This record gives sequence, C-alpha cells and structure tokens, in this order.
Amino acid sequence: MFKNIVRLEARAESSALMSYASPLIAIALMMVGGLILFSILGKNPIEGFRIFFINPISDIYGLSELLLKATPLMIIATGLAIGFRANVWNIGAEGQFIMGGVAASAVALYFYESEGVHILILMVIAGGIGGMLWAAIPAFLKTRFNTNEILVSLMLVYVAQLAVSWLVHGPMIDPDGFNFPQSRMFEESALLPTLVEDTRLNAAFMFALSVLLVGYVFMYRSFLGFQMQVAGNASDAARYAGFSAKRMIWIGLLSGGSMAGLAGMTEVSGPMGQLTGHVSNNYGFAAIIVAFVARLNPIGIFFASLLMALLYLGGEQGQQYMNLPSSISNVFQGMLLMFLLGSDVFINYRLKWGTK
Amino acid sequence: MDSVIISSILFATITAGTPLIIVALGQLIAEKSGVLNLGAEGMMAMGAVVAFAVTLHTGSPWLGVLAGMAAGALMSLLFGFVVLTLMGNQVATGLALSIFGVGLSAFIGKPYESDIVPTVEAVRIPLLADIPIIGPAFFNQQALVYFSWTLFAALVWFLYRSRSGLILRAIGESPSSAHSIGFSVIRIRYGATLFGGAMAGIGGAFLSIFYTPLWVEGMVSGRGWIAIALVVFATWRPFRVLVGAYLFGGVMVSQLFLQGSGLDIEIPSQFLSALPYIATIVVLVIISRDKNTVRLNAPASLGQPYRPEG
Repeated sequence: MFKNIVRLEARAESSALMSYASPLIAIALMMVGGLILFSILGKNPIEGFRIFFINPISDIYGLSELLLKATPLMIIATGLAIGFRANVWNIGAEGQFIMGGVAASAVALYFYESEGVHILILMVIAGGIGGMLWAAIPAFLKTRFNTNEILVSLMLVYVAQLAVSWLVHGPMIDPDGFNFPQSRMFEESALLPTLVEDTRLNAAFMFALSVLLVGYVFMYRSFLGFQMQVAGNASDAARYAGFSAKRMIWIGLLSGGSMAGLAGMTEVSGPMGQLTGHVSNNYGFAAIIVAFVARLNPIGIFFASLLMALLYLGGEQGQQYMNLPSSISNVFQGMLLMFLLGSDVFINYRLKWGTK
Repeated sequence: MDSVIISSILFATITAGTPLIIVALGQLIAEKSGVLNLGAEGMMAMGAVVAFAVTLHTGSPWLGVLAGMAAGALMSLLFGFVVLTLMGNQVATGLALSIFGVGLSAFIGKPYESDIVPTVEAVRIPLLADIPIIGPAFFNQQALVYFSWTLFAALVWFLYRSRSGLILRAIGESPSSAHSIGFSVIRIRYGATLFGGAMAGIGGAFLSIFYTPLWVEGMVSGRGWIAIALVVFATWRPFRVLVGAYLFGGVMVSQLFLQGSGLDIEIPSQFLSALPYIATIVVLVIISRDKNTVRLNAPASLGQPYRPEG
C-alpha cells in the first residue's frame, strides 16, 4: 500500500527498548481509540476519558476496588505466563477459574454452619485442584493424543459454564433462596478476611503478590523455568538438550489451571461470597491479555493487571454515568491486545522512509 | 419415529450445520494459504450483530447478510494487517480478534436486544421438495442453505481444478517457492484471509437473521471455534467439512432426537447443550491420535509469518 513511502526494514538485532516501549505505545493507542470511540458515540471524549480512567481511582475505596479486581488477574496471568513461555497455549483459564470456584464452593457448603480455619485452607486446596483437574484434560489429550490444547481448553470453557449453570440450578442451589439459581451465601468462616476496613479488598491480594514473587523466581531463577523458556524459544535446542516436551506441556497447563482455580476460589470466597452462574467476569480471558501485555514477566503482570482492572472499573463507571453497556470493557481490552500485537513489529523491524 | 419427525430432525440438523459449513469453508481457504485466523468467533459475532441491525433498520434481510459479510471481512482485514503486514503472532492476534469482536458485538448490539426481525420465508424448490422425508428437509430450506452447497461445490472446483486454487495451495505449502516463481504471497494471503472473514460474517448473519432470529449477547456461543476445529477434523478437505458440519448440526439439535425417540428420560438441558463442545473434543482426539494425519494434511506453512526477502 505505502510501499513507496514507508517500508519495514529488519533490525540487526531485536530492540530491547522497543520490547518495553511497545506495551506503552499500545496503551496510548488504546486511549486514543477510546477517545475516538466516545466521539463516535456522541459523548464528550474528555468527559468519557475522565469517567473511564480517572474517576474509578480518585478515592481510597476506588483504589481498593482496583486492587481487588487486579487480584485474580495477577494470579491467573502468572500461571498462564509459565505455560505461554513454553508455547503451551492454555486459553481455557476461564473454565479452570469456574471449576476452581465450584470446588471451593463445594467445600464451603459442605462445612456450612461450622467454624475453623481448616475450612478456608480446604477451600484453597479444592480451588487449586479443581482448576488443575480441568486443565489436566487438555494436558492429557495433548501429551497422549497430540490434540490441540487451544481448542480443547477453549471448548472446556463452555462445558464449565454449563456445568456451573446446572449446579446452581440443581445440586448446589440455595434451599431457602426462592429458586434463584445461586448457592447459599457463605458463612464468615468461608470468607477471606478483608485487609482494609470498609473495603472489599481481602487477603487474596497478599496471596497474589506472593504468586507473582514465586512466579518470578520460578521463571528466572529455576532450572525448570529455564528449560521451559528454551522449549518456547528454540524447541529444537530443547529437544537436543533432552528436555521432555511432555513435561513442559503438563507443567504449563497445570500451573495455569491451578492458578486459575485458586483465583476462582478467591472470587467466590471474596467479593461474591457465594456461587452463582456468573462466577467469572471474563477474568480468564482478560488474564491472557494481561500476560501478553506484560511480556510474560511477573513485574509486568503486576502493572498490566492494574491497567486491566482499571478497564473493568472504567466500564462500570461508564455504565453508570454514560449509559454505556458494560461490554465496553471488553472492547478496550481487545483493542489493547490488538494494538500491542501490531506495535510489536517494531521490536524486530524499523520503519524506513522513502524508496530503497 | 414417523416420517414427519425424521424429516423435521433432518431439517433442523441441516439448518444447524449450515453456518458451520459456511464459516469452516471460509477458514479452510484462509488456512490453505497458510493463515490461521482464530478470530472466527469474533468475526461471526460481528457479522451477526451488524446483519441484525441492518436488517432491522432497512427491513431487508439480504442487505443484512451483505452488511454482515462486510463486517466479517473488515474484521479479517484488521487481522490481516497485524499478521501479514506487521507480521504479528497469528495465534495471539486471532485470539485478540475473538475477544475484541465478541466484546464489540455485545457493545453494538445492546440497543437491539429486545428486537426481533421478521421471519424469512424458506425457498421451496419445486418437484424436489415433494420427495417424501428428504424433500421437506433438504429442498424447502433457507436460501443460505443452498448457498452453502453452492459454496462447497465452487470451492472444490476452485481448490482442485483451477489454476488459482493451485497457486493458493502452493503458497500455503511453501511460500518462499511460490514467491520465487513470482507470486505475491502477502497479497494472496490477504485475499484468502478476507474471504475467510466474509464467510464468517455470513455465518454470523445466518444465526441472527435466519436461525434465531434475534440478537443476544454471546449468541455465537463457540460456533466460530467449532468451525475452526471442524477444519482440523476435516483434515483440510471440503467434503469432510460438509459431513462434519452436519454431524455437529445433529449434535446441536440432540434435544429433538431425544424427543423424537419417545424415550422418557429426564436429562438436564445443560448436558445436552454441552454435547457439541464435548463432541468437538472427541473428534479432535480421534483425528489427532495419529500424529501424521494432521501433520501430513495441514498446509505446511500454517500459522507461520512470511516476509518476502528483498
């Protein structure tokens, strides 16, 4: 198209600067895209920008909500990043999140009307295992039958959504709930303690921070993490070095699955306080975007999760004050990822003006 | 089962399979050129919502289908720009396109959630429609059903009998050799990608205008992904896409089978709704069990970026 004006020229080596700048460019482009979108919708773009990006975090409560929403994203994205580094494409975190939430809820309901710390501990374990088992299906099928993990993990998202819908309509329905499709509200003993008074921010945030830390150590300081990185970057080299590809697939999928399951636990045991048919707020998919924007790096995941959480909150504000549908958050999220993937070209190429 | 029930089950199966055929054949062409676009779900969603809105405003379902097709094509153009011009990762970009398309469609479609478009009359093919059982099921269908068959026939001819089809396949197998004998790999891949997007748009339009006919957020419910799985299942052969799509169509209307069988079993509706997804996994396992089946049939350059040297 613009062949004679602009062309791409390969860089001698990939630009480290661009690999950090590219997410920032993408964020800037997303905001410009947002301004344009607001204008198209006939809203004042400056006002829209303020409501979307500034309003949600202008007080302490807003900030606590930001951290609350970022918590599951940090947990899931770290687990996914471990797999993505080895080119294991688990895109079914949404389903694993749901199954973790279901397993944790089952524990909470089983111990209904009893006390003790063991309830929360068992919920954590159940959540992690629930998500892990759901991710074990694509891992098993991939290692045993060579079945594409993208499609299998994704199909299982729909199955998980239907499974939770069945559970809250039937076996796990609140017996005193006038037939509303949701479980009982959990008792105090099955709820995560809040960190800051008068907010919903709970202990899960501290857990998320430790997940980031452990994830960092695993990815950058452990031999296994190194092996997975090699498997992702140079699969032939990994094979010659004798790294087991099957092991990478299992670890990649199970780490993503267990983390997504744990995040599901923190959701039912935190802000939700019960199991409903809509446990997940698309966190499983948003976390994929987080992992990419973060360059699969835990430090990046911290910041990208905050950004993504801001998009959620902005969407809620837009719904309230600008009469926009809540799906605007997904539009922003998708835009961000598209822009990122596009601007990544400049890591390996540069623009050249004029004809050669 | 009496013949009326059999006929109506066949009819429903064909209707349910039609969007899968159209979308999967579009993806098949894109994949034959080496482009793996996982954004089918998003393109279908956009096709569905745009087609619905245009039909509602103009009163013409055909303008709706055209608009849906254009929406799908536009989405795929975006995808093409990122992966073909900017050489982005195809898997990640396709995923982004799905998330973006599903989100944007929900956003656009919000005002239309309680509207319905008038039902479009089926097109009855004289004589053929009078054949017992088969006639009413096959030859008293929506026009897009006939379109899906025509599309199938045209693509079989295109891929295996035409020179352009040969070039397309050559590019998917070995872009660098195709480039060296003078074909513009990127341009042809753009074309194939656009075709895939246009077909996904039509598939989405079929859902919102003819199948339901209404717009609900998330109504595509994985059909785009199933279509992608179908192409793998079909080992990139159009005829198997056709067979597979009807197989899935049958699974999607399994409720009817149950009613038709007259058996009195109580099965939660969620179980029946989950069947197509489970079936997708099962067929993927069957087809990938032998490593070579997929490897030998997949276009060799599928999913890999290509940059012409010089």
